[in-house]
Amino acid sequence: MSNTEQLTKKDFTSDQDVRWCPGCGDYAILAQVQKVFPTLGIPKENMVVVSGIGCSSRFPYYMNTYGFHSIHGRAPAIASGIKLSNPDLSVWVVTGDGDAMSIGGNHFIHVLRRNIDMNILLFNNRIYGLTKGQYSPTSEIGKVTKSTPMGSLDYPFNPPALAFGASATFIARTIDRELKHMGSMVEESSKHIGTSFLEIYQNCNIFNDGAFSNLTDKAIKSDNVIVLEENMPMLFGKEKDEGLILEGTQFRVVTLGKDYSESDILIHNPEDRNLGLILSEMTYNEDLPVPIGIFYKENKPTYDFMMTDQINRAKNKAVDLQSIIEGPNPWNVK
Amino acid sequence: MNKKSTNNDAVTIRFSGDSGDGMQLTGGQFSDNTAIFGYDLNTLPDFPAEIRAPAGSLFGVSSFQLQFGSRKIFTAGDELDVLVAMNPAALKVHLSDLKEHGLLIINTDNFTPKNLKLAKYDENPLDNDQLDKKYRVIRVGMTKLVMTKLEDSDLTSKEKARSANMFALGLLYWLYERDTETTINFLNKKFKSKQLIAEGNIKALKSGYYYGETIEVIKTTYRVDKAKYPPGKYRNIMGNQALALGLLAASHNNDIDLFYAGYPITPASDILHYLANYKSFGVKTFQAEDEIAGITSAIGAAFTGNLAVTASSGPGIALKGEAIGLATITELPIVIINIQRGGPSTGLPTKTEQSDLLQAMYGRNGECPCVIVAASCPSDCFNMAYEASRIALEHMIPVILLSDGYIANGSEPWKFPSVKDLLKFNLNYVNKGDEFSPYNRDKKTLARQWAIPGNKSYEHRIGGLEKDDGTGNVSYDADNHHKMTLKRQEKVDIISNFIPDVEVYGPSSGKLLVIGWGGTYGSIRSAITKAHHEDLSVSQIHLNYINPFPRNLGEIVLKFDKILIPELNMGQLLSIIRSKYLVDAKGYNSIKGKPFSSNDILQTIKTHLKD
Repeated sequence: MSNTEQLTKKDFTSDQDVRWCPGCGDYAILAQVQKVFPTLGIPKENMVVVSGIGCSSRFPYYMNTYGFHSIHGRAPAIASGIKLSNPDLSVWVVTGDGDAMSIGGNHFIHVLRRNIDMNILLFNNRIYGLTKGQYSPTSEIGKVTKSTPMGSLDYPFNPPALAFGASATFIARTIDRELKHMGSMVEESSKHIGTSFLEIYQNCNIFNDGAFSNLTDKAIKSDNVIVLEENMPMLFGKEKDEGLILEGTQFRVVTLGKDYSESDILIHNPEDRNLGLILSEMTYNEDLPVPIGIFYKENKPTYDFMMTDQINRAKNKAVDLQSIIEGPNPWNVK
Repeated sequence: MNKKSTNNDAVTIRFSGDSGDGMQLTGGQFSDNTAIFGYDLNTLPDFPAEIRAPAGSLFGVSSFQLQFGSRKIFTAGDELDVLVAMNPAALKVHLSDLKEHGLLIINTDNFTPKNLKLAKYDENPLDNDQLDKKYRVIRVGMTKLVMTKLEDSDLTSKEKARSANMFALGLLYWLYERDTETTINFLNKKFKSKQLIAEGNIKALKSGYYYGETIEVIKTTYRVDKAKYPPGKYRNIMGNQALALGLLAASHNNDIDLFYAGYPITPASDILHYLANYKSFGVKTFQAEDEIAGITSAIGAAFTGNLAVTASSGPGIALKGEAIGLATITELPIVIINIQRGGPSTGLPTKTEQSDLLQAMYGRNGECPCVIVAASCPSDCFNMAYEASRIALEHMIPVILLSDGYIANGSEPWKFPSVKDLLKFNLNYVNKGDEFSPYNRDKKTLARQWAIPGNKSYEHRIGGLEKDDGTGNVSYDADNHHKMTLKRQEKVDIISNFIPDVEVYGPSSGKLLVIGWGGTYGSIRSAITKAHHEDLSVSQIHLNYINPFPRNLGEIVLKFDKILIPELNMGQLLSIIRSKYLVDAKGYNSIKGKPFSSNDILQTIKTHLKD
């Protein structure tokens, strides 16, 4: 941990020109990550950023850390090999909705299931940008694109719910325009021991501009977004006068005042798995605000920890290689 | 007792029965015993792809063949001297391979009307003397004898009946004047916590042994003289086991951690099983979610400074293709093992074939040359796994190691090396103080510098986009792409300076040269040896290194009038040799899911010598 205090954003900026389209949400994410990384107390040489294919996957080239821009969908698997080879490294996967949810869906769910200690940043812009505008597995049904002139027919994935299904131990969401919130989510991801999954709503201003405008436009965003905070009542709205209560197994929005007071509002407990599950189900519910923040977190032994432990235990019973090569029944020929 | 011994220089035995009859275990035990008793041997397990095919059916037959003898044994044998048939289906499937006057040992208890019907016999072949006219038949009601012997045991009837295979093994031990001790020890160890089962099996084994001694029906015992081996220490080893040990030795001897990732697939899974037991050496094994994660996690491990390995069979290698390209363009060291099986698609998962050579050579997008090496027999899997690791690490390049189902599951005596005598590798780690750039190259090998995450001031990025030579930065420059494509090819070609020349077995020039590669070594060498006995002038070379070829191969092929290339495919090495050396080589091909018959190769050699 030596010399990490002096690190600055500049230390994490590579000499490569950033090639994203002007106005792309990725710029804000890159800036926040470069700002947060020096504060994490991790030596720069221990950080590895791994990506697959897609606009977001250019990310490692712009980070002056160890980096690997790999092949489509495979970043979680490559990152698994990196982390298991050297569990001291801080491993970051940068991926997009096509990369992680479509071609790399299998690796995504399996890395979460194994709880390998790494961080996944999913840039979700609900469109294929690099291939110029086809609908993605998180696009809304009926999306009209070049490949779906009459509208797409597939129902979208709900990434946090998918992560729950795969037994993820850290599930969070943020938005590219919420810089401070994004910074704190990146920091929380880093702190979590196990696989952290952070979905970042990101605007593609070329092929899906405004996909999240109801969550980012100043005039309306506070009515449409609820910021989840640990041990705090789930309030939202410009005046923080709207809140969530539980009716049966469903959330309902109520207004504080005559009938309800703050004490009626549900308190967020990110360690409550059932609560996390219904929070994740709010994603496409038009009657409810869209949650950002930490949906769920859990402490569970990681794969890399358990693997290291097995190896250490085996080393206590070490045998010499020559005797293994000889096997149990060698014989001599004279 | 009316017992007389005759000497034969080699004997071929096949145990066959239903897949639930324990034939693989029986054959494995006989092989281990044979090796310990000092014979050379070669084995061929053959079992159905279905884990539990319907009992008694023709496609549910499982068999284990071995040849052993006093001379060097190159194959599991062609014609059978002894066939053990535990049920009608086994008899039906295998009888045609038994030599005339060969010994046929039958468990008559399984010749029930139901089993006869399943084996498609209209009448019971044991009811008449047709078999006795052609073969020496030993009919034994093994199951009932075992049941009687175990009358007082608390085992269930099913468990008792299941030890009939040990009866058959005991009978064979007696026939070949063996000691039952190795198998008794094995059974005690295997069923340590199930003493009843161990006892039952040992009793069945001994019953079979004593049965042979007691019943006068068996009039001749074959004794085979021990093979003459060069002095040294030996063990019996299977191909996949040797391969795992070769990887382990490469890692241990060069102080580099071994990371192995793979997805279970026949016939490669055993490599994962073996390596998972070597955790005390720091070996990390990762059973990935699919074939692609198998290789990509290994690529991640290679980036992180490990000896990274993945293994599969043809279908899995097809899935790994894109990632092999990534390892090629990022110039990372990785060993990719293909235990070949019959194809295409799922093909013949449990049968052997050599039909993935061109896949190894060309099966990727873009110009993507890989190093290809191949193991020629079970014990050679150790050498070639060590070599594949050496080349990958010294040259910073993906290496494809080809083995096949036959040598992977076959076993033979192995004069194992002393670990400390094995070659040490020159690794390409960037040293403190070295000027570093990701694609700086060694002048001799063209290997790039290996800077590993965790090392300060070598932070760098690599990836699947074309690289600028030197800096490793993304480059779309036309001339750079041309140059890098040639450089990746040159990196492979240059390796011919770092591998041994190929040796000619037989005259160094002449009328006919037989070229083989991989697991057909034994069949071809056996045919060549027979040809030399008949004073035929024919030579053999066997290739362990296929891409690049050994430096002297070009000169050798020009010294012969004719070239014959036997392969268990439609002529894949043939097409490479023809196009590379512009010679009119001819192929001899068999795609039956089983090894060549050395007699067939011999006949082909004769035909070519006559023309």
